Amino acid sequence: MQKNYDLVVIGGGPAGLAAAEAARKNGIEDIMILERDKELGGILNQCIHNGFGLHTFQEELTGPEYAQRFIDRVKGLGIPYQLNTMVMDITRERKVTAMNREEGLFELQAKSIILAMGCRERPRGALNIPGCRPAGIYSAGTAQRLVNMEGFMPGRQVVILGSGDIGLIMARRMTLEGAKVKVVAELMPYSGGLKRNIVQCLDDFGIPLKLCHTVVGIDGKERVKGVTLAQVDEKGKPVPGTEEYYSCDTLLLSVGLIPENELSVEAGVELSRVTNGPVVNESLETNIPGIFACGNVLHVHDLVDFVSEEAAAAGKSAAAYIQRTAENAADADDSTKNRIPIIPAGGVRYTVPSTVCAGRMEDALKVRFRVGAVYKNCYISVYLDGERILHRKRPVMAPGEMEEILLKKSRIQEHPGLAGITVKIEDR
Amino acid sequence: MYDVVIIGAGVSGAAAARALSGYNLDICVVEKEEDVCCGTSKANSAIVHAGYDAKPGSLMAKLNVRGNQMMAQVAKELDVPFRRCGSLVVCREGEDTEMLKKLYEQGIANGVEGMKILDREEALSCEPNLSDDVVAALWAPSAGIVCPFLLNIAYAENACENGVEFRFNTEVEEIEKLENGYRLVTEDGSLEAKVVVNAAGVHADRFHNMVSSKKIHITQRRGEYCLLDKTAGNLVSHTIFQLPGKYGKGVLVSPTVHGNLLIGPTAIDQEDKEAAATTQEGLSEVLRKSAMSVKNIPVRQVITSFAGLRAHEDGGEFIIQELEDAKGFVDCAGIESPGLASSPAVGEYVKEIVAGILKPEKKSDYQAARKGILDPKTLSVEERNALIRENPAYGNIICRCEKVTEGEILDAVHRPIPATSLDGVKRRTRAGMGRCQSGFCSPRVMEILAGEFNVDLSLITKCGGDSRLIVGKNKELKSENQDG
Repeated sequence: MQKNYDLVVIGGGPAGLAAAEAARKNGIEDIMILERDKELGGILNQCIHNGFGLHTFQEELTGPEYAQRFIDRVKGLGIPYQLNTMVMDITRERKVTAMNREEGLFELQAKSIILAMGCRERPRGALNIPGCRPAGIYSAGTAQRLVNMEGFMPGRQVVILGSGDIGLIMARRMTLEGAKVKVVAELMPYSGGLKRNIVQCLDDFGIPLKLCHTVVGIDGKERVKGVTLAQVDEKGKPVPGTEEYYSCDTLLLSVGLIPENELSVEAGVELSRVTNGPVVNESLETNIPGIFACGNVLHVHDLVDFVSEEAAAAGKSAAAYIQRTAENAADADDSTKNRIPIIPAGGVRYTVPSTVCAGRMEDALKVRFRVGAVYKNCYISVYLDGERILHRKRPVMAPGEMEEILLKKSRIQEHPGLAGITVKIEDR
Repeated sequence: MYDVVIIGAGVSGAAAARALSGYNLDICVVEKEEDVCCGTSKANSAIVHAGYDAKPGSLMAKLNVRGNQMMAQVAKELDVPFRRCGSLVVCREGEDTEMLKKLYEQGIANGVEGMKILDREEALSCEPNLSDDVVAALWAPSAGIVCPFLLNIAYAENACENGVEFRFNTEVEEIEKLENGYRLVTEDGSLEAKVVVNAAGVHADRFHNMVSSKKIHITQRRGEYCLLDKTAGNLVSHTIFQLPGKYGKGVLVSPTVHGNLLIGPTAIDQEDKEAAATTQEGLSEVLRKSAMSVKNIPVRQVITSFAGLRAHEDGGEFIIQELEDAKGFVDCAGIESPGLASSPAVGEYVKEIVAGILKPEKKSDYQAARKGILDPKTLSVEERNALIRENPAYGNIICRCEKVTEGEILDAVHRPIPATSLDGVKRRTRAGMGRCQSGFCSPRVMEILAGEFNVDLSLITKCGGDSRLIVGKNKELKSENQDG
């Protein structure tokens, strides 16, 4: 029971929806979105706080409201989707195996695939936090689902480890729903979350944020009874003698997100060791022709607005790919063969995309990246080989906030034989 | 009055129950936790040791080798994953190669078959990721790996199917000697039995000492482990041991039957009989020592860590016997490593002792075979689709990491010994065992449990008792925490 599609989009969250919409608007009729949950919208459905959509719609929406706008567009365009459907496997040949209750296991052959599976939370084990293993240890997103979707409280007295955005949002949510959030501990000397969330979710509620702290013990056989925090040194190692015990019944973990690329790996998609997302070119295309990636499966974003924007670019690229293959147009143009690497340097951890090819570029290409530490009054510089073409002062840059620059196609075309584009942080 | 009451539903108690269920006996297993496999049996190396470690002539040596020989048949009968992957004890530069020879000779004396001492090249050819300073290794092809949870669960389920009663959440507090047996006092009244089998793991000394003047003493020897993602599962294809030391067999690196990589354990004696907590020092030790025998262990792929308590009796030997000064009281105590490997033989050994006391008749309708929870991943696409048509729950993935379906979880909830908690479901189906460690599936599994048992979600626990997962509805706690 094989079905053929021009484009299969894996995931019906914000990335998948925006990608499908863009592909349709760029001429692709034959699309299928596969979503494992019972509704479209992805993780936004449990993000009932506001702050979404400032860039896209110039207004503040809640997560479900933001998702609904894209769901309405997809439905308005008549793009088909299947819910409660888990993708089990993807191959290099772009064959997708999925499963649901009604159809069992079934295969879809796609000309192009857009990976939009999002990310998952790092569990406790990834940090090797010592102690017992009682009930009451939740990743912040799991707690968010319980509270916001099911209406159940995972605990009364809460300690949060990690100041990622979900942890910060959950500190406020748990407080509003009646729990006591005692402290948020963060291993790093800076928060991993957005500044606005620190202010609105912790400061406004008098919840202390302890930087350079981590959990060194979890107490309780059946249910959490307390956790021990300790200060850490520059290497992140706990400093003996700084232990502090907090009695609590719940430990929430907001210690990082991991792009969910198990399917991608099975298909042979090459991943970046820094982002854990696929390595992509200017078209957001992976090393496997016709397989594109966008949103949190590509690299973890802070703002959904940028997910939507990136996903639209992936949808447009996939449409172009499908049309090119339909016309049987070989990549005759030399400019499409010449891949120029984008080299992250001097504090820039990675860039997305990581290569460009002038022939395939839009007139202006957004390159997104993160820095590895907090930088104050520094400059973002872009070099085309030796020539600096951008030098922009930034009062503050932090790992928790994604940065971006625009690369102009015309500038790159002025440099035939260009060997590399370097993005770096400079003091002056 | 029962014929036999077995205290403890760990792997030894459950194996004994299964072995005894072949007789016409009225048997009850009492377990203080909410499920089988909640103590030592749930947190160990999952290894079916070959049998060269134990002292020749010891009961431990005898039952280890016998258990190892029986395991393939038992695993087949009980539908439990078992793989004879073989093991290597590695000897590193500067270590005593005489130790390898001693192990080899012990193995020969114990009846271990197929062993061979390999030089570095031979060892590397079967295990390329051995560390650079490995100079020799003892190869034991009969060693294997098994799923410790499913083996324990399968013994118990099979015993249950053959008529053995299980009482959970039932802690024995006192044991009184009667004229013709024993009275076991619990919180919910007492049970009487002609024969008591004391398979209480780290608590076995307490029960022994209630009835005997010849005291035994069990030390809780904690072992900490790290479990790595399946992406790291192929790093080694055999179980890699280090030369044994005073406290045990050192830190091992092993594949698991489910395709993960397991490293550990440490060995630290502790007073507490309950708290199996990992420690910073312990986990660092596991990472540091495992790297001594195998290189390039991808420590970033650790998905969880855990600690188990070995029941180490002072004599370092299995104590399985009817007590001289307490007739009808049978110890099955001091069952530390290789207890899992020995379990089929431990069950058989206990059976012989009890049968010697009670002289029971064989059951005519004993069923040795047990069917495990159906894993749709083992089916062909056509079979799987036929299954889904018949029961659509098999088309609904609940645990995305391990790809466990709703059908499997429903099966686990309706077994002879049902899963009643998240951990119960996890140990039976692997839902929550994967790389996200139940972040995704726990709310979904909770809903299934609440629905199947027709109880409020707030009553669902992680592992019974007070391990409730949620404390109430939103805003219910408002007044409680308004302390001004």
